[in-house]
Amino acid sequence: MISVRSLCKRHGAREVLTGVTATVERGETIAIVGPSGGGKSTLLRCLNYLEGFDAGEIEIAGATLVPGLASADPVLRRLRSRVGMVFQQFNLFPHLTALGNITLAPRIVKRASRAAAEAAARALLARVGLADRAGSYPHELSGGQQQRVAIARALAQEPEVMLFDEPTSALDPEMRDDVMEVIRDLAKAGMTMLVVTHEMQFAHDIASRVWVIDRGTIAEDGPPAQVVDEPRTDVAREFFGRIRRTSP
Amino acid sequence: MTRLLALVPLGIAVLAGCSGEPVHGGTLAAIRQRGEITWGGDVQGGEPYVYEDPAQPNHVIGFEVDVMAGVARRLGVRARMVQYAWSNLVPSLERGDFDVIANGLEATDERRQRILLSEPYFVYAETLTVRTDSDIRSVFDLRGKRIGTLNQTYAYDILRMLYGDVAKVYEGNEEPYTDLELGRTDAVLLDNIIADRYGCTAQHPTLKCLPDDVARGTYVIGVRKADPELVQAIDAALASMRRDGELEQILRRFKLWDARQSAPPPSEGHANLARGFDGGLVLQFVAAAWVTLKLSVLAFLLAVPIGTLLAVARVYGAPPIAGAARLYIELFRGTPVLLQLFVLYYGLAPVVSLGPVEAAVLGLGLNYGAYEAEVYRGALLAIPRGQSEAARALGLGPIQTLRHVLLPQALRIALPPMTNDFVSLLKDSSLVSVITVIELTKRMTIAAVDMRGWLIPGMLCAALYLVLSFPLSELARRLERRLAHDQRPLAL
Ligand SMILES: Nc1ncnc2c1ncn2[C@@H]1O[C@H](COP(=O)(O)OP(=O)(O)O)[C@@H](O)[C@H]1O
Ligand SMILES: [Mg+2]
Repeated sequence: MISVRSLCKRHGAREVLTGVTATVERGETIAIVGPSGGGKSTLLRCLNYLEGFDAGEIEIAGATLVPGLASADPVLRRLRSRVGMVFQQFNLFPHLTALGNITLAPRIVKRASRAAAEAAARALLARVGLADRAGSYPHELSGGQQQRVAIARALAQEPEVMLFDEPTSALDPEMRDDVMEVIRDLAKAGMTMLVVTHEMQFAHDIASRVWVIDRGTIAEDGPPAQVVDEPRTDVAREFFGRIRRTSP
Repeated sequence: MTRLLALVPLGIAVLAGCSGEPVHGGTLAAIRQRGEITWGGDVQGGEPYVYEDPAQPNHVIGFEVDVMAGVARRLGVRARMVQYAWSNLVPSLERGDFDVIANGLEATDERRQRILLSEPYFVYAETLTVRTDSDIRSVFDLRGKRIGTLNQTYAYDILRMLYGDVAKVYEGNEEPYTDLELGRTDAVLLDNIIADRYGCTAQHPTLKCLPDDVARGTYVIGVRKADPELVQAIDAALASMRRDGELEQILRRFKLWDARQSAPPPSEGHANLARGFDGGLVLQFVAAAWVTLKLSVLAFLLAVPIGTLLAVARVYGAPPIAGAARLYIELFRGTPVLLQLFVLYYGLAPVVSLGPVEAAVLGLGLNYGAYEAEVYRGALLAIPRGQSEAARALGLGPIQTLRHVLLPQALRIALPPMTNDFVSLLKDSSLVSVITVIELTKRMTIAAVDMRGWLIPGMLCAALYLVLSFPLSELARRLERRLAHDQRPLAL
């Protein structure tokens, strides 16, 4: 489903990704952890080409990404109809209702009819537990509700892969569970997912594999039982040690 | 001897100037004491009246400079010209800013009620200029024609007396003839000094001045009501200049001497034309307000898409496109809209002859487009980056992202400054009177001259501007409230 080969990315002189190589099978859920500034977000953003990269190649959901694609390249259109992304800050469109946010892409990218798009959107809202908030504007929703609308919005493209960049970090603790519940359901339903998270228990529960990303590379890659419980690298040991100390 | 005489009062002039005390014996005594007569004029009137010497830019020359020098010499003093806008000369004289007016001041009954007028130093003739192929033979063939003239002139009054409000009113001497040549008008009525120098010249081979004088009038020196002895002294000086041939010499030097100067002076033909407040006036104002509204709305409808394109080009365009947009913005923001209107209406006339309203809409639209561009650019930049990233991640192309995500949000941010800009455009539209469009402000200045007062026209004008702008602000306020459902202000 996803294959990353020797991915390199720099911001000016700074190397942010230094030759990342990895594969993900269909139906896998990868939890991505690691110290802040390690390159987790950058990797995710490269996977749906929100950021270009300098060297290497990505194959994802049937699209092949190489450095220097133009923003209007048809490969990107195909890519984005198959890969959904959820951001830490939700990034809902404030001028549209929940329903408007979810139906926007199906209606103008996939040219779905209004009725079909809205029916699908209502089903998705029900799936994330917000059937009654279709007419609400983002500012009328709590953070957890907004993030669930954002997930529904990404799912409306019927993607094969979902990318989550710290989906619960901007939320109050009591709202995180609803969002994690939705992601857990997706995992159970067999969605291929990459989730950047600091919630170790969550990672442990849902992930088929955990990646520890540090200084632009995947430092450790394995099932949670191994990576989280018996880390082999110093980075991972240090990282999990700090998380355990700070988490309740 | 005159030199010696001129030197003596110099010291006294300085003293009198410093003391600031009113000198007993009126203005004439004060002039004699200070050794200098000051006269008001406007160099904008141009050649041959009073104008800057092309060889010596800070030096004014002109036939009135020489006439006043002759008058002053006969009073035993020097003459000094003081620059004032022509239309303010009479009030400034009354306020005491200078001693006399000597700048194309026409002798009229009307003026005589306000200030004292000397004997004439020049007789002019209102002259009709037409295209060489025109069938207009006299001022009586002008019914239904478009006639150009200058505001606040005898010619304007004659046209109004004969035909009502028909004149196309210009601000400068050259433009009426340019437009006549271009066919934008059918005739120009102005005095022969202007007609000879700007109209029937080699520059305009297709124009001719009709030989019959439409009317004659005189230029005189204006003096405050309180100074009859000064008028007498000036009249004596002018009579002496006429006797000894100095006046003729001066007028010949400026190619102004003609048979009219030795003929008996014409009687003052002006009936008192002061106009009252009536329904017709209100209707004219309402029509002018409609012009203002129409111009402003059309110009703004042009400015909004121009501004949007420029803003998008500046924010998202490749460097050459962004640079071009920036150049446009700097050019149109950095130069006066007045100049832009002139270029569009007169400058482009040989290539595309735009009508005045078209040129006005285009000029204001292009200019305001530059301002709108900066407003929209600011609004686009105020939208968080995450918005366009989310749109791209959903598969929206760049244009779709703009149209469905960024522009709707930018509009909400831009709406208050846009309302502001529209109200400002409503008032800036008064500038288009320089290209002969009679809109609300121009209507007011014309009516103020016709009615000899500013109060009623001014109030009518202000009221109509408010009537235009208030519902607009209200509409914008409602729209703002509807769009910005999440932007209600929080308590401080
Ligand atoms: N636009 C940018 N310009 C310069 N440096 C950047 C930019 N975006 C990210 N970086 C740098 O790249 C590194 C990786 O960032 P990021 O992928 O956001 O890390 P993480 O998500 O793991 O915290 C950081 O050191 C960050 O400072
Ligand atoms: Mg990050």
